[in-house]
Amino acid sequence: MLTIPDTLLARLVPESAAWLDDALHEAVAAPHAPGPRRMPAWELRFAEAGRRCGSPENAEAARVLLLRAARPGPATTVRLFQQGASAERRAVLRALPHLAITPEEGVPLIEDALRTNDTRLVAAAVGPYAAAHLPAHAWRHAVLKCLFTGVPLSVVAGLADRSLGDAELARMLGDFAAERTAAGRSVPDDLRRLLAPTAKES
Amino acid sequence: MRIFDPHIHMTSRTTDDYQAMYAAGVRALVEPAFWLGQPRTSPDSFYDYFDALLGWEPFRAAQYGIAHHCAIALNPKEANDPRCAPVLDELPRYLVKDNVVAVGEIGYDSMTPAEDTALAAQLQLAADHELPALVHTPHRDKLAGLRRTLDVVGESALPADRVLVDHLNETTVKEAKDAGCWLGFSVYPDTKMDEDRMVEILRVYGPEKVLVNSAADWGKSDPLKTRKVADAMLAGGFTQDDVDRVLWRNPVAFYGLSRRLVLEPTEPGVLHEGNSILRGGA
Repeated sequence: MLTIPDTLLARLVPESAAWLDDALHEAVAAPHAPGPRRMPAWELRFAEAGRRCGSPENAEAARVLLLRAARPGPATTVRLFQQGASAERRAVLRALPHLAITPEEGVPLIEDALRTNDTRLVAAAVGPYAAAHLPAHAWRHAVLKCLFTGVPLSVVAGLADRSLGDAELARMLGDFAAERTAAGRSVPDDLRRLLAPTAKES
Repeated sequence: MRIFDPHIHMTSRTTDDYQAMYAAGVRALVEPAFWLGQPRTSPDSFYDYFDALLGWEPFRAAQYGIAHHCAIALNPKEANDPRCAPVLDELPRYLVKDNVVAVGEIGYDSMTPAEDTALAAQLQLAADHELPALVHTPHRDKLAGLRRTLDVVGESALPADRVLVDHLNETTVKEAKDAGCWLGFSVYPDTKMDEDRMVEILRVYGPEKVLVNSAADWGKSDPLKTRKVADAMLAGGFTQDDVDRVLWRNPVAFYGLSRRLVLEPTEPGVLHEGNSILRGGA
C-alpha cells in the first residue's frame, strides 16, 4: 500500500492529508469504481488535487501518488495526459517511470510536452523516463530547448551520463554558443558547464 | 489599486496587453470560452481551445504576474451549428478541472430553439458541478433576450445568486437586479457601455453585486477599460473602497463560489532572456 511520504505529509493541512489518504485507498482498492462525474472516482480526485492540496507542488506530488496507486494501463495514462490541464500533464510525465507503459506508448507523451513552450512541461518531460528512452536526436534537442527557454539543466535527468562523449551534442552546444556570441548575447552558464565534459572525449 | 477583470478573451491579445494590464493594476482575470470570430466546424477545435485555456494561456498570464482562470462552455452562437453540438457531451470532463471557476459564456445570441437547449443543459451542468454560471445577454433584441434568459434561469436548478448576467446596460439592469443575479457590465470603446455611463449606473443602483469587465477580444476593444472605469469612479466621487469592491471584491466573491479561485499566479513563469515570452527558439 502506498502511503503519503512524511515530507509531503508535513506540508499538508489535516483536511488535505485526510483527502489524499482516502483518495489513495480508493485508487488502490477500486481503480475502476465509477465516480459522481461520469468518470472513475480516482480520476476525479486526480483532476481536483489542486484545489484539495493547497499548493501546486503538493498537488503534483499527490497526483503522482494517485497514479502510482491506481496503476492505470497505457490507454488510460495516455488519455489522462492528452485530456489533462497542464498540472495533470506534468504529473503524468513525472509518474511515467513508475507506470506499466512501453517506450512506444510513453515516449510520444514526452515528445508532445517537448513540443510545447510551457517551461513547466518541458522541465517535467526531461526526467528519468526521457533519460532512459528518448532517442538521441530528440534528447539532444530537449537539452538545447532547455537552454533556449531558461529551464535549468539541473532538472535534466541523467545529463552527465548521456552527454559524456556525445560529439553531436557538443557540436550543437558549440554552434549555439557561437550564435549567441555573434548576436552580442551572453552564453548561458549552464551551457559552458555542460560543454566542458561533453567535449572531453569527442 | 488591484483589479480583477471578470471577462476578457486573452487568447486574442498580445503580451504587450498583459504587460499594460499588469501596469494598470490587473492581477487576476477570468477568460470565458467564446467563439473566435471565425466559426468552428468541429468539436475537436473546441477541445484544443479549451486545452489552451487550461494550459498555454495561464502560463502566458503567469509570465506577467496575472492569475488566469477560465469558464468553459459551448457558446450560444456556435450552439446553433449541429456539427458543434457534441461539445455539450464532453463538457463534464472539463468542468472538474482546477482552473475552471464557472460555466460560461452561455446564454442567447439569436434566441433559437438550439440556444434554448444549450442554455438549459449548461445551467444544469453548472448546478451539477457546483459552479456558478456566466450568462451572456444578446446584443440584438436585448431586453426581450434578457427576460427570456431570466425565465430560463428561474426554471433551472441553478439559483439566481450563482448567475452573473453579463453585457447589461441602462435598459436591462433593473430586471436582472430584481431577479437576484450578479450584474456584469462590459465597457467598450464604441458599443456596449462606456466609463461615464457605468459611473451613472453605479450611482443609481449602487455597487452591490456589480462587476465591470473589458470583454476585450479580437474586435475593437480595450483591455484597460477596467482601470478606466476605476479612474472614472474616483473622479465621480466614489471612494477607493467602492472601487476595490466593484473591481476586486465583487468578482472574487462571485467566482469564489466555485471554491477553486487561487489569486496568486501560483505557477511561476520563466522569462526567456529576462524580458519576453518564451519562444523556444524553434
